Amino acid sequence: MSISTDWLLPPGAAAMTIKRSAPADLGAAPLGFRGRIRAVNPIAGSLPPEELERRLVELGFVEGAMVELLHQGLFGADPIAVRVDGVTIALRRREAAAVLVEAAD
Amino acid sequence: MNEIRSLSRDQRVALVGRPNCGKTALFNALTGSRQKVANYPGVTVERKEGALATPAGRQVKLLDLPGTYSLRARSPDEVVTRDAVLGRLAGETPPDLFVCVGDATNLRLCLRLVLEIKRTGQPMVFALNMFDIARHRGMSIDVARLEAELGVPVVTSVAVRRGGTAALLAKVDEALAAPHTPHAAEGWSEPDAAGVRRLQKEADRILRAAVQHPEAPDTVTARLDKVLLHPVAGLAILLAVLFLMFQAVFTWAAPVMELIKGGFDALGLWVGTLLPEGLLLSFIQNGLIAGVGSVLVFLPQILVLFLFILLLEDFGYMSRAAFLMDKIMGGAGLHGRAFIPLLSSFACAIPGIMSTRVIDSRRDRLATILVAPLMTCSARIPVYTLIIGAFIPDRSVGGVFSLQGLVMFGLYTAGIASALGVSFLLKKFVFQGAPPEPFMLELPDYKRPDARNVLMGLYQRGLIFLKRAGTTILAMMCVIWVLASVPRPPEGATQPAIEYSLAAKIGHAMEPIIAPIGFNWQIGVALIPGMAAREVAVASLGTVYAIENAEEEPAELGSALAGKWSIATALALLAWYVFAPQCASTLVVVRRETGSLGWMWFLFGYMLALAYAAAFVTYQGAVLLGLG
Repeated sequence: MSISTDWLLPPGAAAMTIKRSAPADLGAAPLGFRGRIRAVNPIAGSLPPEELERRLVELGFVEGAMVELLHQGLFGADPIAVRVDGVTIALRRREAAAVLVEAAD
Repeated sequence: MNEIRSLSRDQRVALVGRPNCGKTALFNALTGSRQKVANYPGVTVERKEGALATPAGRQVKLLDLPGTYSLRARSPDEVVTRDAVLGRLAGETPPDLFVCVGDATNLRLCLRLVLEIKRTGQPMVFALNMFDIARHRGMSIDVARLEAELGVPVVTSVAVRRGGTAALLAKVDEALAAPHTPHAAEGWSEPDAAGVRRLQKEADRILRAAVQHPEAPDTVTARLDKVLLHPVAGLAILLAVLFLMFQAVFTWAAPVMELIKGGFDALGLWVGTLLPEGLLLSFIQNGLIAGVGSVLVFLPQILVLFLFILLLEDFGYMSRAAFLMDKIMGGAGLHGRAFIPLLSSFACAIPGIMSTRVIDSRRDRLATILVAPLMTCSARIPVYTLIIGAFIPDRSVGGVFSLQGLVMFGLYTAGIASALGVSFLLKKFVFQGAPPEPFMLELPDYKRPDARNVLMGLYQRGLIFLKRAGTTILAMMCVIWVLASVPRPPEGATQPAIEYSLAAKIGHAMEPIIAPIGFNWQIGVALIPGMAAREVAVASLGTVYAIENAEEEPAELGSALAGKWSIATALALLAWYVFAPQCASTLVVVRRETGSLGWMWFLFGYMLALAYAAAFVTYQGAVLLGLG
């Protein structure tokens, strides 16, 4: 299994990293991240890119929606629970990487 | 012509909506107990239909379509809904009206589905369900504006309150009064990503125009999730819930099970006083009453287990459980959503396998179906308790645990471990190369479980189980009885009657195969009827030994076995039952759900191989240790 080790950092350290450089995608966002969706990109992975994009859009991940990373799993900080404009969606970081975000001020 | 026809016949209305939107609660409120549960032809998707009369006196047949997130149909359930909405479902008359049900507290994703269905051109009404909760939370929904923006009639409803559906029924009347001809939708095609995005953005625009969210949003769900989805505390609570559930399955159900067992025993004795000794009495006593009774006795356990599952589902916890377990199950190559089906399989693999339909990906679904029968179902319990009671000494280990309880726990653990192991191997060798299916699902807001919903669900589960007991298992018991009774022993026979039967011939024929795993011919005989259902083996052993020991004092089966078998044989039989594919109904359901005879035989083959290997190793190991 290949898991990005960033998620093993203590929460404080992760938060500090974020202040310096905001994550580009939701898959790399730390717990508590709040931001806005810039784009939903078809990326290759577990599904054909177009299908992944459609499924994300169907769950409410559209440009401009506000997102907040509410919860994450125990192992590898995965999966994550994200509040998207009032709806809570659970997904894995691998798929969340297709959602490009910018931090809210 | 069409109009005359549509006046003279029952009108058809179909409910469509997302999962968790209160659609089933609304269906129950509208139809009460006038429901019929069956399957759609050719697929094992549950078809629920009810009857109701509208205020204007129309007789309406209401169809509760499976929940769906979109018309893009990714699971067999969603295919049924899509085809029904498009009016092209085989064997179904296209409905006169669709009622799209939406959760008023959570409209964002509902509205996209409404727009999607509207695009098909089918006649529809949008019901804003749970409107009371939305208002209570301080949301203000401009129904007239919503109606204008969506371009379909909108009505509010409160499924769980008396009279909460009056406005909806009036609207249904109004819509059905308009002249119409039910028809199939033409020219629908699956939207691409841009199309889906356009619909969602349009839904968002309408939402902003018609719905005002409160200044201070509801925080109950957020506060509960802080604890229930906590990485550590959440898992601990999940384990505690499961522990409580299994305690309940075994302790709450026990008194009722005793009662049922006592009832069937009494019934058997009573029949014995009515009929003369002979073939007919034997058939009724041993074939019908004992056979059906040995299965019905599990009804309480299945009901308790489903009570927990339905409560947790209605509360909104099940998707959280899937979230918490996703990574852990993923390590074994299973999907987070496989958690619920595998949990159900502790009661019985059949509802477990049927609930794998929530898993979108065929590969993940197949993996779950193939390992579900390894979970220790309640049919194994009588076999386990019989053998443990007879062979494992009743003493405590370390002063705290009972040795018998530990063996039972060990058997459950063996089941779970083998399920995880097999799915890991499947991922490694059978489904190699396939990328893992994404895990994406909505975590709905928590809500108080609705008593009517839960009871209705419980009633339907119980009914399905009873039907199975009344058909498959009853039929198998008749076959078994014939095998064990025919041919009759010759005049002046010295040996027990069963020695002359077909069953004994089969048992003896099996001896060379089963001797290396320590089984005698009587066990071999019991294994054959045990194919119908595992617990039947206990009844069969009872019959075999009862007839064999007819000369001696009738003893309890357990103590009779203790005198006849070695500990090695008993342990081998326990090991056998952890894996053995001994349940014809499960195999039938696997064939139906996978749509393939090949996967059914694969399941049968690998489980049989594991069972034989486990029993062989256990028996030979025990003999080496001097327990033979």
